Formats: sequence, structure tokens, C-alpha cells
Amino acid sequence: MAYKIIAADCTGCGSCEFECPNRAIRMKGDIYVINPDKCTECQGKFDSPQCVAACPNDAVVHA
Amino acid sequence: MEQKVVSLDSISPAPGRRAPSACSTGGCGTPPSGGTTDVPAHIRQKIESHPCYSEEAHHFFARIHVAVAPACNIQCNYCNRKYDCANESRPGVVSERLTPEQAVRKVKAVAAAMPNLSVVGIAGPGDALADYRHTFATFRLLRETLPDLTLCLSTNGLALPDHIDDIRGAGIDHVTVTMNAVDPHVAEGIYAWIFWDHARRTGLEAARILIERQLQGIEMLTAAGILVKINSVMIPGVNDGHLDAVNAAVKERGAFLHNVMPLISDPAHGTHYGLTGQRGPTAVELKALQDRLGDGARLMKHCRQCRADAVGLLGEDQGAKFGLEQLPENPEIDPEKRAAYRAIVEKERNDRRQEAAEARAAIRRWAPPEPILVAVSSKGGGRVNQHFGHAREFQIFEVSTAGARFSGHRRVDRYCSGGDGEDDVLEATLLALDGISAVLTAKIGRCPRQRLSEAGITVVDDYAFDYVETAIARWLSARGIEEEDTARIA
Repeated sequence: MAYKIIAADCTGCGSCEFECPNRAIRMKGDIYVINPDKCTECQGKFDSPQCVAACPNDAVVHA
Repeated sequence: MEQKVVSLDSISPAPGRRAPSACSTGGCGTPPSGGTTDVPAHIRQKIESHPCYSEEAHHFFARIHVAVAPACNIQCNYCNRKYDCANESRPGVVSERLTPEQAVRKVKAVAAAMPNLSVVGIAGPGDALADYRHTFATFRLLRETLPDLTLCLSTNGLALPDHIDDIRGAGIDHVTVTMNAVDPHVAEGIYAWIFWDHARRTGLEAARILIERQLQGIEMLTAAGILVKINSVMIPGVNDGHLDAVNAAVKERGAFLHNVMPLISDPAHGTHYGLTGQRGPTAVELKALQDRLGDGARLMKHCRQCRADAVGLLGEDQGAKFGLEQLPENPEIDPEKRAAYRAIVEKERNDRRQEAAEARAAIRRWAPPEPILVAVSSKGGGRVNQHFGHAREFQIFEVSTAGARFSGHRRVDRYCSGGDGEDDVLEATLLALDGISAVLTAKIGRCPRQRLSEAGITVVDDYAFDYVETAIARWLSARGIEEEDTARIA
């Protein structure tokens, strides 16, 4: 159960990091990565995964 | 000796030519177009060294945008931040992102190199308030390190009502809100989505929320005594007929300045509008709208739509010289240099105001009955002091029996694709000068002079280094006297 960020589509803006309720997203080099162990897909907290909804480049997909 | 203290390249008159004596009060006569004497004193003091809020100030003062805020909370159809081209000049584009600490280092280096630096702004490249943690961390550091700089921020307004206290607490005097519509049915065509209250929202719902938050934020800012500028992107067929309503709505809520900017649209930018063939307005369409909105100094016409990492005078980006790699470790700022520059600017401004007031009578007497547009090549200081071939933009003045009024600028370089040869550039320049009656320039080559004449544009290079208003007055009166003489002989 996790989401991932497509490296080629990530602009490194950090919108996802701000919104993640689980602190599962961290910058690695020029882009962001999701720690699958911490990702809960926002279940029980929000209607939709926050990183998916916030990403301006639609770079977050189901792992 | 002054020349050694600060570079006056952009504002000084020709060597050896004495500037007229300064007017002691600065309050005499009429200010040049875009002057700021028609606004209350407490506001004038806030804007007189801010290049974006005062047309006059933009000849003298530089700003820097620090790109510390990449995150954004809305998707506009004219924006795509995936690409960065160093030659591109459009908002939302940056070459380098900075941490708050890096931003302060950069601002210090620029302040040390440019005594005319007066403003630091955060304008993204995302949204300064969506990315408020980075934004306010940067402003706090800047306040401590460089207290004499004016702080400024730019936002889409969605998060604005939540941050009024932060803005006030950081000592920010100027806020720009980009607002393209007050009718959700219009806004719906401009924004793909917004991210608000933990969900992505689209269509009318998104448009309603955004507009409501923008208007509420503007009211809260003006109630807090913060100067508000509204930026609107003019999108032909989408909101061009609606910007009168936007103008009325924001003025009613206390906005100080309205800036209507042309849509920049190119398929190469990868924006929704670029890819779907939505065009930007022509210079003539933009001017027609600006004329309709009227409003004198309260309508900004000198905007250059700068990048979120722009450095320098408006229209003269020097950002490339201040990359992180090139920055000195610990830049030394000489406060005396900065004070010396301000003193010189104060004198120049008074000189210009006085000369412009004197020129006005001559312009009124000799101006043609129908208004004409005059293009000026200038590298700053309100003077005709640039070689035609060096001009990357022209300042446009509308000359009529009411005087000479600044009406905007026209760029002659093209976004991200320079001309292949000089002929190409000249062709592009001629297109950019469509509808212009005369070009006032410091110097011009034989070939472009001839091409301009063939295109019906009068070339005037007799008044190099004069203030613009003075040059226009001297040209018009020389022309008028010559015509009278001809008429008399005939």
C-alpha cells in the first residue's frame, strides 16, 4: 500500500511534501521520493491521497 | 568623484553636459507621466523607491526576486513550470531554486553590487503563500540582515486570508494578487484546478472558492494598511471583456494599483494555452484595454512580466550574473554607496520633474491635433540614452495636446528564439513598432534609419541624453517651427 513519484515528471516543487500527513515524503537529490513504509495512501484521514491531489505535474502514481 | 562611488551608467547625462539645477522642493510643476505626486504622502513614501509601484521609480531602482517558493496550490492554464529556458522571460520560470539562507546570500551579493537595489520580492516560482514556510523564513532572515530593503510578495490569493498576520509580522508593505476574473464562469476557463482544504477541486467550484478567497484577502490587506497591486493576465476571448469588472471590484476593495499584462503563450512553453493555440493580445489590443480602464498612475503600464528570479532594473534582467556558484562567500555591503546613490537619484528625479514641467508647455503647444505614439530607446533615468541597435525594448509615449504620457513598452527580442540574422531582428523590430509615428534614440545606424523611414517612422536622434519629455518637446517645436516657416514661404 503506497504511492510513488515518477522521477522524470517531478519538478521538485515540494507541494507533496507539505501536504503529506505521514511525513513520508523527503527530498532526495533534485526530486522527492515517498517512503513506502510510511505511506498510508491517506486512508482514514482524507478522501484522496494528498500528494496525488497536490502535485502540479501529476507525477504521483500508485506503486 | 561620484562616478567612482556608484555606477551611474543608466541615469547620468552625457559626459560634459550639465544637468539643470535641482528644484528645491520637488513639488513644483507637474510630475512626468507616471509620477507619484497625485497620491497621499504616506503612500508616496512607500512607493517612491519601488520600481513596480511607481513608473518613475522604475527608471532608478532595482529589485530582486528570490526563487524560494516552488510549491503551488493552483494550476493556471497559462503556466507550466516543468521547463526552464535561460533565455525565457516569463513569470514562473527560474534557473535555480534557493533555500532561505542561499536567498539571503544572493540578496547581499546583489545589494553589494547594485546600490540601486531597493526591493526584495518573493514571487514563486510557485506561489509564495502556498509555500509560506520558505517564504516567511526568508523574509525573517532578510529583515534581520538587510533592514533597509522593502519586502514584497506576490500570490494567487488562494491562501491569502490565512496569512495576513504573517505578512504584517514580517513587515511586508506590498502584496500583489494575481486576479484574472471576478465571475466564476470566466475564471473556470482560466484555472484547471485548485488544491484547497485537502482536495483538488475543478470547474465552477474551484473558481468560486478562488475568487472568494482573493477578494476576502484583498479586503483584509487593505484593512491592515498594506498596499495591494492586482495583476491580471489579459487573455483574448476569455477575460479581455471582463477586466473592467475586475478593475471595478478590486478598486472597490481598496487595491492601489492594477496591472494588466498580456498573456504570454507559445506551444514551446508546454502550457495549456500554448498547446491549444490560445493567443496573447497584440500591443494595440492591450493599449485599447488600458485606455478603457483609464486611471492614470493607478494603472501600471511599465510591467515587464519578470521571472521569479529576476535581478536588476525592470526590463534589464541581470540574474545570470548572480548564480549561486558565482556568489562571493561573504559579500560586503557599503551603506555609504547606497546612501550616495539615493541622494543622486533624489536630485535626478527633481531635475527630471522640473524639466518635464517646462517641456509640457511646449508639447501642448506643438503636439499634433490627433494623439501620436512615440517610441524611445532608453537604458534608464528617463533619458533618451540608448543606441537604437542596443534596445531590447522601447518605451512608448502617447503625445497629444494634453502632454506626453507614458503608455507602456514594447519588447523587440522574442522569447527564447533570437533572430537568425540582423535582418530578422530588424523585421521583428519594425513589427513591434507598428503604429508608432517617431522613434527617439541616442544614435542609429544608416541602414535601420532608412528602413524605419521607408516604414513611415520618423527617426529623431538630435536629442541624445535629454530627458524624454524634453526631447519630445524639442523635437515637436523644431518640427512645428519648420512647418510654420515652410507655410510662410509658400
